[in-house]
Amino acid sequence: MSSITLTPDIAPAVMPKSHYANVRTTVMSWLFTVDHKRIAILYLISITVFFAVGGLFASLIRIELLTPKGDFMTGDTYNKVFTLHGVIMIFFFLIPSVPATLGNFALPIMIGAKDLAFPKINLLSWWLYMLGGVLAVVVLLRGGLETGWTFYPPYSTTFATSQVTIAILAAFLAGFSSIFTGLNFIVTVHKMRAPGMTWFRMPLFVWAHYATSIIQILGTPVVAITLVLVAIERVWGVGIFNPQIGGDPILFQHLFWFYSHPAVYVMILPGMGVVSEVIPCFSRKRIFGYEFIAFSSMAIAIIGFLVWGHHLYVSTQSTYAGMVFSLLTFLVAVPSAIKVFNWTATMYKGEITFEAPMIYALGFIGLFLVGGLTGLVLASMANDIHFHDTYFVVAHFHYVMVGGMVMAYMCGLHFWWPKMTGRMYPGLLATIAAILVFVGFNFTFFPQFILGFLGMPRRYHSYVEEFQILNIMSTMGASVLGLGYGMQPFYLLWSLFKGEPAGDNPWRAKGLEWQVPSPPPTFNFPDGRPVVIEDPYAYTIDVKEADSVAQH
Amino acid sequence: MSHSTDSVVAHHFEDYEQQTESAMLGMWLFLAQEIMFFGGLFAAYMVYRMKYPDAWATGSEQLDIVLGGFNTVVLLLSSVTMASSVWCAQKGKNKQLIWGLIATLVLGFVFLFVKYFEYKSKFEHHLVPGTHFFFDAAHATGPVIGSPTQGQLQLFFCLYFIMTGMHALHMIIGAGILIWLIVLAMRGYFHPQRYMKIELFGFYWHFVDIVWVFLFPLLYLLHRHG
Ligand SMILES: [Cu+2]
Repeated sequence: MSSITLTPDIAPAVMPKSHYANVRTTVMSWLFTVDHKRIAILYLISITVFFAVGGLFASLIRIELLTPKGDFMTGDTYNKVFTLHGVIMIFFFLIPSVPATLGNFALPIMIGAKDLAFPKINLLSWWLYMLGGVLAVVVLLRGGLETGWTFYPPYSTTFATSQVTIAILAAFLAGFSSIFTGLNFIVTVHKMRAPGMTWFRMPLFVWAHYATSIIQILGTPVVAITLVLVAIERVWGVGIFNPQIGGDPILFQHLFWFYSHPAVYVMILPGMGVVSEVIPCFSRKRIFGYEFIAFSSMAIAIIGFLVWGHHLYVSTQSTYAGMVFSLLTFLVAVPSAIKVFNWTATMYKGEITFEAPMIYALGFIGLFLVGGLTGLVLASMANDIHFHDTYFVVAHFHYVMVGGMVMAYMCGLHFWWPKMTGRMYPGLLATIAAILVFVGFNFTFFPQFILGFLGMPRRYHSYVEEFQILNIMSTMGASVLGLGYGMQPFYLLWSLFKGEPAGDNPWRAKGLEWQVPSPPPTFNFPDGRPVVIEDPYAYTIDVKEADSVAQH
Repeated sequence: MSHSTDSVVAHHFEDYEQQTESAMLGMWLFLAQEIMFFGGLFAAYMVYRMKYPDAWATGSEQLDIVLGGFNTVVLLLSSVTMASSVWCAQKGKNKQLIWGLIATLVLGFVFLFVKYFEYKSKFEHHLVPGTHFFFDAAHATGPVIGSPTQGQLQLFFCLYFIMTGMHALHMIIGAGILIWLIVLAMRGYFHPQRYMKIELFGFYWHFVDIVWVFLFPLLYLLHRHG
């Protein structure tokens, strides 16, 4: 029992004089940077802006639903509000959230590379994203979009009066930004690993991104061409989904969900990767069942391509096809459950501490579990006839997308923030924000399960009076949730200037990224290419004992 | 590693081999993406062909097999000139490389030129989908099989124009890149340790040709057997 092992922690950390963020400071040096870390920061700023805009639309929805009557806005306006909420949150926040920011920043360092394989294509990704984002703003300014984020024809092709074509172009550009990110990651993982960084020494975060990238490359182009077909039909006045000439709108739904179901795994797998890094670190234990978690990411990516028909149970799809899709959807639950069990087993008998990232990670596990299990309820064909297009569906996917991915994104952001900025944020405030987010989230969306169960349909601005109490609860929860989110920019920005210097490894974590300075220099490894000799989860019990000494 | 290769290795790669392997893998992944992109169109084609076999057979009969066949030969030839350009680049035969690229470009333009006349004749026969679409069975350029409706035929021509149009768009982008490569080659940019751009473009060009190799029978040859 001695504190000798703690010397590196006691020595006050100092900020490195020169690092990736201050080597050059002009605006142009940022807008045209090819450094993956700077591009990550560009993405971080842009997705935060879109998250705020999407959140603003969410609050408008919640205000409208405070009362049963549609008295705050017209039905038309309401349609636009929830559509823009969906389009912005999905295409401009959730899909790029973890991969383009945290993945971009950490993935190359984690495998011992100086950069991604194609730095210029990485920059192109961001520019495409921004171009799409600007078009999304144009859509907003020119009167919005009311088709729902799914762009279903014939409504989107024939009847919608809003900016469908521009919105499609925006989604198309964001899609190719996502494809190029995936392409970059796959090549980087295959070709850029440092000596000794074998496939099974890669952090699970990297495995998760590898699986995500496969979906981005094979799924996104299908929705891209499908949306082009919708745009052609809208502009040309005639097209292949037009039932008047024998076209089939259901074909659109098949093509759309062929991407958009796998896309929900683009929106959750990277989050699972984040949690797989954070749980072992704050449990001071080796991850349990490494290979199982790695392969379950791959399994989710592959099986995820075979389940899209569960969105068409009530769209005239054959019952037998529905049965197959139902079975395959249930199969996806297996690799997902494997992950949850393995995270739990990792924590078992670990020395758990409750820093902000860990609170988010624990929140993720619980909320993802609820989101995943209610997914099984919806995957059952008979149930789905009742639940289809009700608030049950809304609650389900918000548990996965917000309770899962947004929690994981914030988990990762708080975990790698000291690495990205070199500064610590105020731990207490971050913890309070994390708890507010968790509590607020549950109050927002749990009532929606009940509402859906009782039969409240989604996408209407008015509802029967019996539902008001639960809707008020939901809006109150959303306010708490908004408060939790709203705190973060303040203390994070404060930390940029006043935060304690973090030092190389404030969490005493094991990945390669924690062995370089915080913030890292431009080419990541000041001492040259690293040689990897151990796996990234080599947490030992000795560290744990040293911890308990330090605290007493 | 000789000096000549060190100078072309980008800062973030360890050596020339890592760089070329990365570039090749990246191109393969891009083409995988392209396959899925066109795949959506082929899926739509299949669904409607199953649903409306008569309209598909009739529509196919209206296409000009001579022009389509000629274009197929033109594209296959351009693949030959492209492949030999890659070989010339590998061997450092810069003059032949320039001529190979120019030949590829010319063949590409021949294809687009012929395609333009095909589109034009469809326009004159009111076979372009839209308000003016009218399939006149009495004055049709080919036989009518079964009893397809105007709407179903319109659907066929929608897919014909979108699929060949998307293919032509890829050709136009390819031609643009080719012009850039020709300029680089004329400036003496390429040598046997620096020819990846040619090799990668070759991948792309062959891919676009292969798409046509599928489009031609699916669109032009549907009912030409026996
Ligand atoms: Cu789904």
